[in-house]
Amino acid sequence: MNSKNTKVKDDFIDTGHGCILYLENITVSFDGFKALDDLNLYIDDGELRCIIGPNGAGKTTMMDVITGKTRPDKGTAFFGQFLDLTQMTEYEISHAGIGRKFQKPTVFKNHTVFENLELALHTNKDIWTSLFRCLTEEQKETINETLKTIGLMEYSKTRAGLLSHGQTQWLEIGMLLVQDPRLLLIDEPVAGMTHQETEQTAELLSSLAGKHSVVVVEHEMDFIRSIANKVTVLHEGHVLAEGSMEDVQNNPNVIEVYLGS
Amino acid sequence: MIKELISLHSLRGWLYSFGLLALAVILLPVLNIFISEESFLHVPNYVFPLLGKYLCYALVALAIDLIWGYTGILSLGHGVFFSMGGYAMGMYLMRSIGKEGMYKSELPDFMVFLDWKELPWYWYGSDYFSFSLLVILLLPGLFAFVFGYYAFRSRIKGVYFAIITQAMTYALMLLFFRNDTGFGGNNGLTDFKRILGYSLQEPSTKMSLFIITAIVLFLSYILSRYIVKSKLGRVLTAIRDVESRVMFSGYNTLHYKLFIWTLSAFLCGIAGALYVPQVGIINPSEMQPSNSIEMAIWVAVGGRGTLGGAILGAGLINIAKSWFTVAAPDYWLYFLGILFISVTLFLPKGLIGIFDHFSSHKKNRKL
Repeated sequence: MNSKNTKVKDDFIDTGHGCILYLENITVSFDGFKALDDLNLYIDDGELRCIIGPNGAGKTTMMDVITGKTRPDKGTAFFGQFLDLTQMTEYEISHAGIGRKFQKPTVFKNHTVFENLELALHTNKDIWTSLFRCLTEEQKETINETLKTIGLMEYSKTRAGLLSHGQTQWLEIGMLLVQDPRLLLIDEPVAGMTHQETEQTAELLSSLAGKHSVVVVEHEMDFIRSIANKVTVLHEGHVLAEGSMEDVQNNPNVIEVYLGS
Repeated sequence: MIKELISLHSLRGWLYSFGLLALAVILLPVLNIFISEESFLHVPNYVFPLLGKYLCYALVALAIDLIWGYTGILSLGHGVFFSMGGYAMGMYLMRSIGKEGMYKSELPDFMVFLDWKELPWYWYGSDYFSFSLLVILLLPGLFAFVFGYYAFRSRIKGVYFAIITQAMTYALMLLFFRNDTGFGGNNGLTDFKRILGYSLQEPSTKMSLFIITAIVLFLSYILSRYIVKSKLGRVLTAIRDVESRVMFSGYNTLHYKLFIWTLSAFLCGIAGALYVPQVGIINPSEMQPSNSIEMAIWVAVGGRGTLGGAILGAGLINIAKSWFTVAAPDYWLYFLGILFISVTLFLPKGLIGIFDHFSSHKKNRKL
């Protein structure tokens, strides 16, 4: 099989101004409750950003807006300078280059680890390609590379449902990687992980920054301290503080609503 | 392409599949024609339409398994697609009766009975087999496509989708029950004489219909096998397990669901069309909601998500049904209910799960 049809037209993401994601004046309300309230957030191309905030601060809703799951009542969400995320469907957004890891690890439990990556792989995803094309050698190579990166090489043929919690999280990150995204959204990657697994995850995520922009939502403070350059604190649907971990920790507002409690 | 086809099965799998096909299309006819009637090996004539009927049901089960077992979309309205194929074939068979009906008229008997003077426009094409074949191949799929497009686009899932399909089959049943609709009302279409010039009473015609059904089932099985073994099949099972993840992985799940839903209806329509000449009647009771539910039970009992299981389930349940309707008709529904409940409780993988259990047992012992 030739690989002509398996190539995808790469959408050009204009990051000429250094930013890859622009969220401006985003408001989302559910039955009168404002989950996001006039949120402004900018993510630089290639940066690793941590987002923290107490429960109900709007972290997950923000991810929902970026990935097209939730439509904002007000405001704009731009990916690069031209792609308006509020007008796109989930799979279009995924194709444009935004990958998302859910809070609860979601992998395809009845498929093997290899098949999970195969399904996520960046390629033409219409029906006919799926029906008639097989993986090219190049694509198999990409999958194997990723298996090495996430440390699951020897589990390639294991059914994903049999993996441990930590391994499942890494598999999901691997599934994002083979999508070759420009922006990775990662929701609570180390929840429920052992100390050692947490360290390995920190290493993995740090190694991804630069090549990709990474946004991590996390509660675990030690973990954030170990990876973050820049931290954004959300509170009641808007940005409360932004800066280095040290700045944020010393910010009196933040101490009051979050760290102090 | 050939290589991919061969790799669909292990050698043993291919031997089984072709063995079963050969059994149906070669051995049974041979035992019918060349063995004298006194011998216990003789296969009597009545077996063919009966087995043919089971094979049609097996094709229905295969179709439902694709959409339910593999994609996780439960349809309780496949009776509609089955009936569409059946009615299209029935209309052709009605028109082939010619003037040999009870009233010796150009028109089908029921139209004479209703005092209709001419054929309604939607009966025009059914004089021709080629046109009827086209309707059989296109109409169920087209109907399913439109229905599915609106249902899946609105992201209707799970029980809600199942309920809507029940409503669909019920509504169409009521429509077909009306005499004015022009499909024979509650009597449906029956008293067929011939198909393509061959008398339907002839054993050879019945045997040929059976052989055609067996071949169609075999080809549909290979097609389904190809689909579920391809990446498309893995996307379908992924949709069944976590659809949102599939969407975030960049797949337009609407297209995938619509594809398999339409294909399922297409296969079901063919099953209906093969069913009618072998059974000799099609009427609106095929669209009863309970009929469509029973179809889903075949798949559940046989084993969801395995093609062999669906075929096995349809076969075994219908053989049991034939036996019960003669021996103890009142107890059939109790039996079906108990069977369904016990399979759900004790054999979550269906009857085919027993075979898998034993074969994996054997493998383990070897290790």
